[in-house]
Amino acid sequence: MDFDLTDEQSLLKDSVTRWAASRYGSLEQVEAARRKPLGFDEGAWAQLAELGLLGLPFAEEDGGFGGGPVETLIAVEALGRHLAPEPYLASVVLGGGALRLAGSAAQREALIPGIAEGSHRLALAHGERQARYDRFDVATTARRDGGGWRLDGAKCVVLNADAAQTLVVSARTAGGRRDADGISLFLVPADAPGLTLKPYPTQDGGRAADLVLEGVALPADALLGEADAGLPVIERVLDEGIAALSAEAVGVMEALHALTVDYLKTRKQFGTAIGGFQALQHRAVDMFVALEQARSMALYATMMAGSADAAERGPAVSAAKVQVNRAARFVGQEAVQLHGGIGMTLEYLGAHLFRRLTTIEYLFGDTPHHLRRVSDAGGLLGAA
Amino acid sequence: MDLRFTPEETAFRQEVRAFFRSEIPEEIRRKVSEGRSLAREDYVTSQRILNAKGWAVPHWPKEWGGQEWDPIRRYIFMEELMQAAVPLPLQFNCFMVGPVIAAFGNEAQKARFLPRIANLDDWWCQGFSEPGAGSDLASLKTRAVRDGDHYIVDGQKTWTTLGQYADWIFCLVRTDPTAKKQAGISFLLIDMKSPGISVRPIITIDGRHEVNEVFFDSVRVPAENLVGEENKGWDYAKFLLANERTGIARIGLTKERVARVKRLARETPAGAGTMWDDADFRARVATIEIELKALEITQMRVVAAQSRRDASKPDPASSILKIKGSELQQAATELLVELAGPLSLPAPVANDVDALGWEAFAAPTYLNTRKVSIYGGSNEIQRNVIAKAILGL
Ligand SMILES: Cc1cc2nc3c(=O)[nH]c(=O)nc-3n(C[C@H](O)[C@H](O)[C@H](O)COP(=O)(O)OP(=O)(O)OC[C@H]3O[C@@H](n4cnc5c(N)ncnc54)[C@H](O)[C@@H]3O)c2cc1C
Ligand SMILES: Cc1cc2nc3c(=O)[nH]c(=O)nc-3n(C[C@H](O)[C@H](O)[C@H](O)COP(=O)(O)OP(=O)(O)OC[C@H]3O[C@@H](n4cnc5c(N)ncnc54)[C@H](O)[C@@H]3O)c2cc1C
Repeated sequence: MDFDLTDEQSLLKDSVTRWAASRYGSLEQVEAARRKPLGFDEGAWAQLAELGLLGLPFAEEDGGFGGGPVETLIAVEALGRHLAPEPYLASVVLGGGALRLAGSAAQREALIPGIAEGSHRLALAHGERQARYDRFDVATTARRDGGGWRLDGAKCVVLNADAAQTLVVSARTAGGRRDADGISLFLVPADAPGLTLKPYPTQDGGRAADLVLEGVALPADALLGEADAGLPVIERVLDEGIAALSAEAVGVMEALHALTVDYLKTRKQFGTAIGGFQALQHRAVDMFVALEQARSMALYATMMAGSADAAERGPAVSAAKVQVNRAARFVGQEAVQLHGGIGMTLEYLGAHLFRRLTTIEYLFGDTPHHLRRVSDAGGLLGAA
Repeated sequence: MDLRFTPEETAFRQEVRAFFRSEIPEEIRRKVSEGRSLAREDYVTSQRILNAKGWAVPHWPKEWGGQEWDPIRRYIFMEELMQAAVPLPLQFNCFMVGPVIAAFGNEAQKARFLPRIANLDDWWCQGFSEPGAGSDLASLKTRAVRDGDHYIVDGQKTWTTLGQYADWIFCLVRTDPTAKKQAGISFLLIDMKSPGISVRPIITIDGRHEVNEVFFDSVRVPAENLVGEENKGWDYAKFLLANERTGIARIGLTKERVARVKRLARETPAGAGTMWDDADFRARVATIEIELKALEITQMRVVAAQSRRDASKPDPASSILKIKGSELQQAATELLVELAGPLSLPAPVANDVDALGWEAFAAPTYLNTRKVSIYGGSNEIQRNVIAKAILGL
């Protein structure tokens, strides 16, 4: 049991934190990047590559840096604290996760060097409108067609799809829409004929897209991992995604809480700093307690997300998402309230942090969804 | 970073777990688990078994029976103790007056008191609170006036837990009425058999006799029973309260309760099946389990940080443990009453107590557990501590 970072991890933390703080030290800098066509600055992406962040989770022999879940936590927490708009989660954690876990040697060799140097981006196209948060609910189909595949269907809210050169698409190769077996993953070039993207901005200032696939023809080697056995990969990637999102949420909450406490110390009403009012002090404390409890669960998710055993990993990660979701809502709402009117405006950083927290709550499963996952698994403790 | 326990720590856990379950009488552990009243002898029996093994006061200095365990082992030990429903070694002895005497008492006091404290040969109670001095403890008024080689003590203490069993009481008394609040307080050890002491029971909300008022009417206390220096008692009290706060999350206790709720829910009929078939009930259990898991990790973070900081000063982060730990203890008892449902209504009366099922003790346990957010520094006081010491408000 120890919570210490290794020397390399400390260095990583320092360098990402320094980079994010200077690149996005003000709301104006974040907004300027968001106004670019893809919602972020290509120059910043290149800098992330130089910092070694884009190749972070990939094995060294594949051209990556061999980082694990803790390294990802460090990176996303620091990026989250400054609302860095780059598609790190979408490309490196989600798309990259699927490639790392299921890719053949040839596929990894073809893609990872480009990803690590910043010239190639991925996105994970899995969710569908009717599925809500059910990971096994896939209606998009892939049929064998000559020596290759033919994909038809639709995907929704694919994070940063418009920034990706390659999409990791889930499609059904066997079974019915809600069967666990029969899902497969495919590497689909963004410019494949028959693939249409409808990109849009999201509530938190980020970007996503809906996809339509109409007779998208793919070669045999576009299959990522084993045919019909894609669900366990998706489960793992999304659980790793939840761990990363939890760490990001902690970074965002930390920033929002610090902003709020700072505001309480400087805002004067009734001739005194409002931070002197005990009614507000105690609310700021409860925010702090919620933040620390969420931090603990982000650590827990990080430790468990790497496990290949879904029965052990699933409830743990869901438990973390429940705690983080609750904290995100509570800290966000309280922060707005304690700021008074200024908390309501987009001119103020706090409102942007709250919007990101609200989005995080509904990504990869909301509170009732994950609470059900924990309780269906029998909870976290054994019965006495 | 690694949240797993080492193989040595896991082996240690197995060792203490096996000991608790095989050596502490089942009947005592069942009483604890079901929230039944413990007799004085139950506490004594259990603590003497621990002490014989060298485990009643493992956190004390080595020369007085300490084990020199690191904070993680201490945590594992307490966690397993609570999960096995072993009565906690008497808090007033082992976690309050013992450590104060060991740290600030003179050699004669240590030799005279510490072995008897560890073995529960003397039962101690805590005389801090007064009718006019609760959260604002330093406003206490009980006076001790020096008279030759004695102090004459006059005043009143209250909320004195299990004072009815006590042989000794450790008190904060005012020795310098002219000094500013905290400055004029001393730490005095008083024999409960001294003439001039009277004890009045207070029946708590659960219908039991747990606390008392203690009155002092010209009680003569030998001056050799002063701990440390006169008028420095507040420093020792702060040391004592800091010790109290770190153990207060009682995560093991809540775990034991929640695990029991889960077992009993499977045996409790409801609708066509049992309470465990009720998805809504299961979700409420899971909510508590999740928050408890978070608190467990938060506690480990505080424990890990402890080994790196000055242990004599309270860690304001431990206030998080007090707030959340008490809230979860309370939430678990709410589940118990919900589970007992209509069978929670019959009140336990003295002559048929042994015949009653666990359901009759659910409501008393719930009612009694409201105390945990009041004592040990109320949760509001803990929020004040965090606001000031951590947030700088
Ligand atoms: C959407 C919107 C529309 C509005 N429209 C109008 C309008 O049309 N015309 C107009 O005149 N005004 C308008 N207002 C302003 C509104 O009345 C103020 O926002 C409100 O009075 C609070 O003042 P404040 O924003 O300066 O917050 P502050 O007074 O600075 O308060 C900040 C925080 O401190 C708390 N606080 C302050 N004093 C105390 C205290 N003594 N004890 C405990 N807590 C305290 C507050 O509750 C709040 O949580 C609008 C505000 C909003 C958000
Ligand atoms: C079951 C039980 C057993 C106990 N056992 C012992 C014992 O063995 N020995 C002993 O010495 N004492 C004991 N106590 C006393 C305990 O330490 C006190 O109850 C506690 O310190 C609170 O004091 P009080 O009850 O006077 O409440 P008060 O201090 O009067 O508080 C009343 C309310 O006001 C709040 N409050 C007070 N000050 C502030 C503030 N500054 N800001 C915000 N809110 C505030 C409190 O949180 C509380 O909600 C016991 C208490 C209980 C309930």
